[in-house]
Amino acid sequence: MNDNILTPEQVVEQFQQCLGDGLQASRIVKRSEGLKSAESIQIWLTIDKTKIKIAVQQLCDIQYPHLSVISGCDMGEGIELLYHFFIYYGVARGEYSVTIRTTLPKTDLIIDTITDLIPGALTSEREKQEFFGLQVLNIPDSRRMFLPDDFPEGVYPWRKDETGIKEEMVKKLHEVGKAEGAQRRAKNK
Amino acid sequence: MKESVVSAKKPIKTVIGPIHPALKEPIKFIFEIDGEKVIKVDLAPGHNHRGLEWMATRRNAVQTLYVSERICGICSISHSIAYCRAIEQAADIEVPVRADYLRTIFAEMERIHSHLLWAGVAALELGFDTLFYKAWEVREDLMDLLEYLTGNRVNYGVLQIGGVRRDITPDQHARINKSLLNYTILFDELYDMFLEDTVLRMRCRDTGVLTPEDALKLCTVGPVIRASGIATDVRQDFPYCAYGDLDIKAITPEALAGEVHGDVFDRIIVRLLEVKQSIEIIQQSMKKMPIGPLTNFPKLMVLLNHIKQAEGEGIGRHEAPRGEVFHYIRLAANQESPLVWKVKASTYSNAMSWVKMLEGEQIADIPIIVASVDPCISCTDRVAMVDKGRTSIFTQDDLRRLSRKKTERIRQGLK
Repeated sequence: MNDNILTPEQVVEQFQQCLGDGLQASRIVKRSEGLKSAESIQIWLTIDKTKIKIAVQQLCDIQYPHLSVISGCDMGEGIELLYHFFIYYGVARGEYSVTIRTTLPKTDLIIDTITDLIPGALTSEREKQEFFGLQVLNIPDSRRMFLPDDFPEGVYPWRKDETGIKEEMVKKLHEVGKAEGAQRRAKNK
Repeated sequence: MKESVVSAKKPIKTVIGPIHPALKEPIKFIFEIDGEKVIKVDLAPGHNHRGLEWMATRRNAVQTLYVSERICGICSISHSIAYCRAIEQAADIEVPVRADYLRTIFAEMERIHSHLLWAGVAALELGFDTLFYKAWEVREDLMDLLEYLTGNRVNYGVLQIGGVRRDITPDQHARINKSLLNYTILFDELYDMFLEDTVLRMRCRDTGVLTPEDALKLCTVGPVIRASGIATDVRQDFPYCAYGDLDIKAITPEALAGEVHGDVFDRIIVRLLEVKQSIEIIQQSMKKMPIGPLTNFPKLMVLLNHIKQAEGEGIGRHEAPRGEVFHYIRLAANQESPLVWKVKASTYSNAMSWVKMLEGEQIADIPIIVASVDPCISCTDRVAMVDKGRTSIFTQDDLRRLSRKKTERIRQGLK
C-alpha cells in the first residue's frame, strides 16, 4: 500500500504516462451532498481495449483496488464496458471512484481477463460473457453464471441488436388469460 | 465388500439449493464432502434472475424506482437510494439537504432491522431460540416504527428521484425517541447474550475464517470485509447523503476484542456494534436535520420531462446492511427509459468469499457460515446427497439439526 495519497489529477497523470496514446479521454467529477458539502471524487477514463491489463496493473500499483462491478452498454457499433473501481478505501472521505471505460467493436468482441490481478472479477466477467455474448480471454471459469441452463444459445439479454431478447420470449403477464376470460364472459351472457 | 470400502473414501458430492423461489438471493451450492469435512465448494447462482435491468430499459425512470425497491425485500431503501443518486448525477438534479438527512435516517432504520433479522436467524441456526425471539421482538417494533413513518412495513415507497416523499414532523420525534431508547436497552441485553456466551463463542470462533488478503482479492464488501479487519465502509469513505456531515468510523472487530480472526464470531461482533452505531446516527441526524423542502421537483411530470431531456451517466452507491450496493445509469436525450441500468447487490460481491470460508469446515458448520455472510438463509433449503447414484434429500431441518447437535455437544462438554 502506498502511503502518499495522490490527488485525482496526479492519478490521471500516472495513467497518461503508462498508457500514452492508449488513454483516449479522462475527466474528473466532484459531487457534494449534505450540509458540509463533503466532496466525493470520481475519475472517468476511456482507454484502448488492448491496454486494459496495463491499466488495472497501474491501479494495483497505486492501491489494490476494490472492483465494484463491470457494467456494459450496447452502443450499436460496439459494446462499451465500464470497470468500476475504487481506491483509497478505508480513508475517511478519501475514496476515489475510478471508472475505466473501453469499447469492443462488434466484429471483435474479445477482451483480456483481469482475474489474474483481481480474482473477484470472475463473477462480473462471467456475467458479461453470457449477457453480452463477448469472449473473455483466459477466463478461469467460463460457465454460465446467472442464466438458466436451458436458456437458448446465441441470445444475449443486454444486446440491443438482433441477438437481444426477442419479442416472442417476453411473457406479458397482463395479457395472460385475457382471451379465455373474454370467451367465458361471452358464454355466460 | 472390498469395493464399497474403496468407494467410501471417494468424496461425496452434496448439492445445497437452488433455493426457495420466494427468497431473495437464491444460490445453489455443490459441496464435495469427505466424511464430515468440506473439500471443495462450487456456486451456481441465478435461479431467480428476473431480468430487472432489462425491464428498466423499457420503463420510465419513476416506474423503475419502484422496481428498484423490489430488488430486495430487506434493502429496499438501499437500492432506491443508490438508484436515485445515480439518476440524480446523470440528470444533474440537486437534492435538498433535508431530504439527504431523511434518506440517512430511513437507511439506518433499515440497517437496524436487517441486522436484527440476521442476528435472529444466526441464533436459530445455532440453536439459541431465546435469542432468536429476543432479536425478532426488537425488529418487530422497528418495523412498526417504519410503518408509522413511511406507511409501509416493507417496500417503503418513501424515496423519490430528487428528494423524498414524506417528512418526519416534530410530533413524530417523541415516538422515534421512545423506540430508540428501547433499542438501546435491548441492545445491551443482546450484546450480553451474544458476546458473553461461552458456548456461542466456542461454536463461532475460528469457524469460517476469511483472511484480509482473500477478502480484498475477492472484492468482498460490508460487514464481511470489516470482520476480516479492513476498515472500509462507503458511509465513511465516499461521502453521500448526510454521512459526510456525521462522524462515522468503520467498525472492525478490533474495537471490541482487540484482535481480528475474520471468523463467524467477528461477523457477529461487527453487526451488533453497527446496530448501536445506527442508533447513534439516527439520533445525530434528527438533531442536525435542517428545515427545508423535501424535493425540488414536486410535480412528477416536470421531473420526468427533465430526465427525458437529460443526457449523461451517473453512479450511485450506498452502504446497505449487507455491504456496498452499486448502481450505474446512463440516460440518452429524448428517451424516457435509461439506456443502461446496472445493479450490483452486496451478495453479488460476497458470494465468492463463501468458497474460502467453507473449504475445510464441517457439514454441521455450513448453516452458520453461509448465514454469517447474511444472504438468504434458505440457501440451505433443500440438500441432495449423491452417493454412487443414490440420491437422498437432506432438508434444511436436517442441516439445522446437525448444527444444533454440535452446539449441544459443546454445551455438554462444558458441564
